[in-house]
Amino acid sequence: MEKFVTHVGTALPLRRSNVDTDQIIPAVYLKRVTRSGFEDGLFAAWRKDPEFVLNKDEFKKATILVAGVDFGTGSSREHAVWALQNYGFKVVISSRFADIFRGNSAKGGLLTIIVPQKDVEAMWDAIEQNPALPITVNLDARNVSYGDVTVAFDIDDYTRWRLMEGLDDIGLTLKSLDFIDKFEKSRASFKPNTKTLNH
Amino acid sequence: MGKTLAEKIWQEHVVRSAQGEPDLIYIDLHLIHEVTSPQAFDGLRLAGRPVHRPDLTIATEDHNTPTQNIDQPIADPVSKLQVDTLRKNCAEFGVRLHSLGDIDQGIVHVVGPQLGLTQPGMTIVCGDSHTSTHGAFGALAFGIGTSEVEHVLATQTLPLVRPKTMAINVEGALKSGVSSKDIILAIIAKIGTGGGQGYVLEYRGSAIRALSMESRMTVCNMSIEAGARAGLIAPDEKTFEYIKGKPHAPSNWDEALAYWGTLFTDKDATFDVEISINADELEPFVTWGTNPGQGAPLNSNVPDPSAIADPEARGAAERALVYMDLKAGTPLKNIAIDTVFLGSCTNGRIEDLRVAADVLKGKKISKSLRMLVVPGSARVRLQAESEGLDKVFIDAGAEWRQAGCSMCLGMNPDQLAVGERSASTSNRNFEGRQGKGGRTHLVSPLVAAATALRGTLSSPADL
Repeated sequence: MEKFVTHVGTALPLRRSNVDTDQIIPAVYLKRVTRSGFEDGLFAAWRKDPEFVLNKDEFKKATILVAGVDFGTGSSREHAVWALQNYGFKVVISSRFADIFRGNSAKGGLLTIIVPQKDVEAMWDAIEQNPALPITVNLDARNVSYGDVTVAFDIDDYTRWRLMEGLDDIGLTLKSLDFIDKFEKSRASFKPNTKTLNH
Repeated sequence: MGKTLAEKIWQEHVVRSAQGEPDLIYIDLHLIHEVTSPQAFDGLRLAGRPVHRPDLTIATEDHNTPTQNIDQPIADPVSKLQVDTLRKNCAEFGVRLHSLGDIDQGIVHVVGPQLGLTQPGMTIVCGDSHTSTHGAFGALAFGIGTSEVEHVLATQTLPLVRPKTMAINVEGALKSGVSSKDIILAIIAKIGTGGGQGYVLEYRGSAIRALSMESRMTVCNMSIEAGARAGLIAPDEKTFEYIKGKPHAPSNWDEALAYWGTLFTDKDATFDVEISINADELEPFVTWGTNPGQGAPLNSNVPDPSAIADPEARGAAERALVYMDLKAGTPLKNIAIDTVFLGSCTNGRIEDLRVAADVLKGKKISKSLRMLVVPGSARVRLQAESEGLDKVFIDAGAEWRQAGCSMCLGMNPDQLAVGERSASTSNRNFEGRQGKGGRTHLVSPLVAAATALRGTLSSPADL
């Protein structure tokens, strides 16, 4: 995973709440068996509309998505994260994310930032006034800044450290193999096993 | 101080705990399907890692699989590749797989309980958000993404931050014609699609205890629609009875039972949040919008967005009515339906088929619509056929299909056409969920059957 410390880019204002994962990438686009190539499916239904914000030239190079409340609700498909990343997004900002989407993002190195709704709205206004506005996301300092505005955000220490170091979760867990071994020795014998039929 | 049920299960599964880090949680059962697993197996292969516990892992084919002509190769080459990839991966890594055509094939959340693999006090995960279904047995069960699927395959654990707890107390008795689907739709309408975020929900109260196991699964299934990764119900005699004799029910039954008997929320435990629902007042409930929180009693009208105070919710309602092509004030019962879908991990079990067949028996569905009946698993299909339910559906004019996720998410050929409107017993009414441009109203099996007969959204009381 790529390390994430700071990112400077332009943003895309997505003035919609409850952007569910079926909108981020519809099910018919989930059939690939790789982690790449999902950019075509990103917001596929909405992109049919030439007026949709993603189709506007001034936002074509955006790397930061600023969306309404409850972004990423619905299914657990990590393809939603891959579609955003494959398209070129590095950061998503919203006032609230669905749990599974947020977890998936952290695994794949897509930074999700929670700021109050009033700050989201101020960002939308600023971006719409000036689509070329550079926005700086500083994970080290835990803030987002543009123009003379700086908005602080919370992120737990562990996730921040993992993202900043670009660490792979599985590698970290495998350092705890002794703990896993010990736990397995104490598991109750009545717990089911998929390879053994009892009845 | 006492503990909630979720806290007890959590504590039992902590492998490692350290200040400032998530807990490392042991996973008792990992369910797999074709859509969210190929990249995870690929990751293992790249790193040269085996599946740590193939004996705690099981796979089935459900999301992509056709519900017709299943003896022939899958027609869509991309779907076929995904299913073939699962078969190849399961063979290579030693994972038990129930393929299309196998008697134990079906929707992953129907298969687990039916095999007796879903038991109280377990941690269960799957790369599918409706894994919360298994919470009906008093298990802590939740959906995960593909990176987490790979993590569980490699280590049988997950690093997780302990969720908060929310009690949902449903007291009273349901009126005739009101079902567990109406309970959960009413809960989601009350707390919203984000109301459960960060929480494990525990459904409690006399109305929940009165539900059958399969009805409890319907409630827990849609926890994610309220934003909660997991929802559970304390196990009781009904739970134990349901598991008894199933293929993977414990052979040392008494030992298991002694442990299961400890799985309840202590009297002096406190939840972070508690909410209450009065079951006496519940009516058949349907959705009118494009998220599962946008629902209302069937006897009411399409709401007027201008009457919604919150500007965010008002805007969402306005957009939803445009997409759904509905006018504020229209009685919900006047909405004409093109397709009725009975099935899914929410309502594709034998009891769901029985109650719907009971409404349809000896009658004909409206000529203005089609009805698809898709059993949740091959065994549910066989059970239904042994009871003659297939004949009831076919005689009524419905289509009787093979098991799978089908039109719930429209990954296989079972899809709505642009502008088509469904009454669906599934779990999501998102824009285009059941096919591009399709419009979904979420309903219970009873409402689905009555709607099929009348052609507009209806309950059996309207017949």
